[in-house]
Amino acid sequence: MERLLLNLKVEKVRVMRMATAVVSDSGERETYLNAGYGIKSWLLTVDHKRIALLYLMSITFFFFIGGFFALLIRLELLTPSGDLVQSDTYNKLFTMHGQVMVFFFLIPAVPAVLGNFLIPLMIGAKDLAFPRINLLSWYLYIVGGILMVYTILNGGVDTGWTFYTPLSTEFLKTNVVSAVVGIFFAGFSSIFTGLNFIVTIHRMRAPGMTWNRLPLFVWAHYATSIIQVLGTPVLAISLVLVGLERLLHLGIFNPSLGGDPLLFQHLFWFYSHPAVYIMILPGMGIISEIVCCFSRKRIFGYTAMTLALLGIAVIGFLVWAHHMFVAGISVYAALIFSLLSYFVAVPSAIKVFNWTATMYKGSITYQTPMLYAFGFIGLFTIGGLTGLFLASLGVDVHVHDTYFIIAHFHYIMVGGMVMAYLGGMHFWWPKISGRMYPEGWGKLAALIVFIGFNLTFFPQFILGYMGMPRRYHSYPPEFQILNVLSTAGATILAVGYLLPMVYFMWSMRYGKPAPANPWNAAGLEWETHSPPPTFNFDEQPVVTWEAYNYDDMGEVPEREESPVAH
Amino acid sequence: MFGHLPFWPESASTNAGNVDALYIFLLLVSGIMTVLIFTVLTAFAVRFRRRKGQRAEQIEGSHHLEITWSIIPFCVMLVFYIWGAVIFFQERTPPRDATEVYTVAKQWMWKFEHEGGQREINELHVPAGRDVKMIMTSQDVIHSFFVPAFRIKQDVVPGRYTTLWFHATKPGTYHLFCSQYCGTEHSGMIGWVVVMEPSEYEAWMSGAGGNQPLAVTGQKLFSELGCVTCHRSDTQGRGPDLAGVFGKPVLLADGRTVTVDENYVRESILEPGAKVVQGFKPVMPTFQGQVSDEQLNALVDYVKSLAAPPSGRPANTNGAAAPQP
Repeated sequence: MERLLLNLKVEKVRVMRMATAVVSDSGERETYLNAGYGIKSWLLTVDHKRIALLYLMSITFFFFIGGFFALLIRLELLTPSGDLVQSDTYNKLFTMHGQVMVFFFLIPAVPAVLGNFLIPLMIGAKDLAFPRINLLSWYLYIVGGILMVYTILNGGVDTGWTFYTPLSTEFLKTNVVSAVVGIFFAGFSSIFTGLNFIVTIHRMRAPGMTWNRLPLFVWAHYATSIIQVLGTPVLAISLVLVGLERLLHLGIFNPSLGGDPLLFQHLFWFYSHPAVYIMILPGMGIISEIVCCFSRKRIFGYTAMTLALLGIAVIGFLVWAHHMFVAGISVYAALIFSLLSYFVAVPSAIKVFNWTATMYKGSITYQTPMLYAFGFIGLFTIGGLTGLFLASLGVDVHVHDTYFIIAHFHYIMVGGMVMAYLGGMHFWWPKISGRMYPEGWGKLAALIVFIGFNLTFFPQFILGYMGMPRRYHSYPPEFQILNVLSTAGATILAVGYLLPMVYFMWSMRYGKPAPANPWNAAGLEWETHSPPPTFNFDEQPVVTWEAYNYDDMGEVPEREESPVAH
Repeated sequence: MFGHLPFWPESASTNAGNVDALYIFLLLVSGIMTVLIFTVLTAFAVRFRRRKGQRAEQIEGSHHLEITWSIIPFCVMLVFYIWGAVIFFQERTPPRDATEVYTVAKQWMWKFEHEGGQREINELHVPAGRDVKMIMTSQDVIHSFFVPAFRIKQDVVPGRYTTLWFHATKPGTYHLFCSQYCGTEHSGMIGWVVVMEPSEYEAWMSGAGGNQPLAVTGQKLFSELGCVTCHRSDTQGRGPDLAGVFGKPVLLADGRTVTVDENYVRESILEPGAKVVQGFKPVMPTFQGQVSDEQLNALVDYVKSLAAPPSGRPANTNGAAAPQP
């Protein structure tokens, strides 16, 4: 009875707040978008929402550069002989595809765009804790990005995204130093973003927004930020050491100078394995929000889900040497790192099972974000299960450095993370732009991405077990059929990625104006206007309910078919 | 076993069958898991789609369920772990009397030298039905020795030896790939492993023109480089007597104990001060830059040949050698 009364009260407060939103929507309401129009109002902004848009444009730019390299790679691999580009060019293509996608798209994508935009809104804050540091993060990213573009235009770099020594420090003649410095800057951008999020989540929560009322999206970013702050400095120092050995011939990694080449691999993977979780944890946060909204359900096992996020972040630091089972580490080290790798699989499994259980007895609808969530859960399952193959020493020795690995991590990074990113972009696009995207096109694009993705990467599992090594410019003819399938898939995938960009831009001008809460979703971000005003809320929100209180929310509103504004 | 399936790699070693069996098991278990999750997802998506007048039923969660679907998968994963670990342990434990092949990788070729002194480039002849151990190092960057038909792989690292072994079962010609990215012609660093019937193999070996066994080359180098002046078979030398030490533990000046293996011999030639045997002074000069990787291999093989007592000199362990544990 008491709970019912409380619910009624909450409902009343919320109705009142919605009412003010509707009234002011009719006038010339000031939003973060129309708060200033000059170039200065964007480049010197400290508004987390505008900085998120700056990031959105930058990472989209790099996504299409990285994607372009990927298409050239796939075109080259259409035939066994290396006939489209020369070997050095091919080596540069896969190197720059990896570096651009990992450091300039995947790592910043969800945190710096959606996290930046949404965390203050979700916790009921006016901005991040350090708005100027937030802007600095973007500028550091841009400095890194400019260096990366310089690297590309100046003839590229061909170290592989992993920079293995002594190849990178001694033997290659390409732009290693500018690439390393560029990634160094991007790394510091990532550190500052993480720092900002941690402080914000600790200090800026609205009254009543206790830790166990935080949306999982916020928890996911909290876990991610810990990795960014603790892991990225190790990457920074290893890249500095690569630069130093290259320029000054200090003997750090090169055995002919007295260095240890495996030391580099330990340092690199100490960051770059947890970096996998920097990429995937925010995606898990998105999927939790979407699954709850479109099932009209609270999350199944909130506590387990938060512990799983933190567990992945912590255990993720202890498994790095599973990238080195055949590198020449001791048998006993390999045995321990193999076992630890299985520990990190448990929290990942909990997440998949709990998302599925969340749908049980729900009231499910299939808008575009939910389609991406389905895609994510399916592809993440396959990516995760094939991770178990790789953690198993006997099988890893055979499939390590083959296309099996390529397929596995693309299932996590592209099938998981990019799916989640696109799902999140559709879910929050009405909030970000104030416009609805065309639902029919959205569903079509989601379907194309799903089909294209599987056609591209599933054959690579088979190629890998057959023994096709990665980073091969030419290959024996018995591998051709599967490579042709993969290339065909990649072209379909490209269409699937171009479509959303086109209709998102279209919708900014022609899309129907979005109401404050188009999905009838729970969460503070939906209680302010779409798009939000500069300081996010008209009045300080006070939270008296738990996350995902879909019992109070009703259904996802039905919409008429025409997406165009009248 | 599955070699006749399309898109399945040939299997031509004892290890290949072991790895295939585990791989099939993993495929089965994860296949079942995938089907299960996809079925439940689909079932929920259909069964609980929105219907008029029906609201979602809020469920807090269930620790019992969560513990169940953590513990059961983890137990299954432990099976993956143990099975994989057993195979790996076998892969990494070369049998004692394996035929040894010294390998030097460089951008972008494989150089092999057999114990009989026969040399090959990008082609490796090995007998079927016998254990073969590869002792590998790189002259420049990291490479990786990968034979898909044997399901084995090992990075070849500059500045040290790494080893692997296999027991080929089926005569034939199999791909040898470099699987660690090593620069421009990485994808051209492909060779062949030719597995032959033992009799053919012997015939091939005798016709392959090895000038002299590797250990003999090593012995000559041993005197040419002056090693023999200090590493003498009496106890008067300034360095430890090397007879019989290979494969045995030695006590170092700093109190540690190391086993004399290929890497220790190599390190002691290139960096003599790193691990000095107890009772000796660090007076040996480095041979870094004076001996090639091939010459190092010969020296290592020579020291190794001193280990076998029947091969002439008695295994004379003086005060330098550690007491047996």
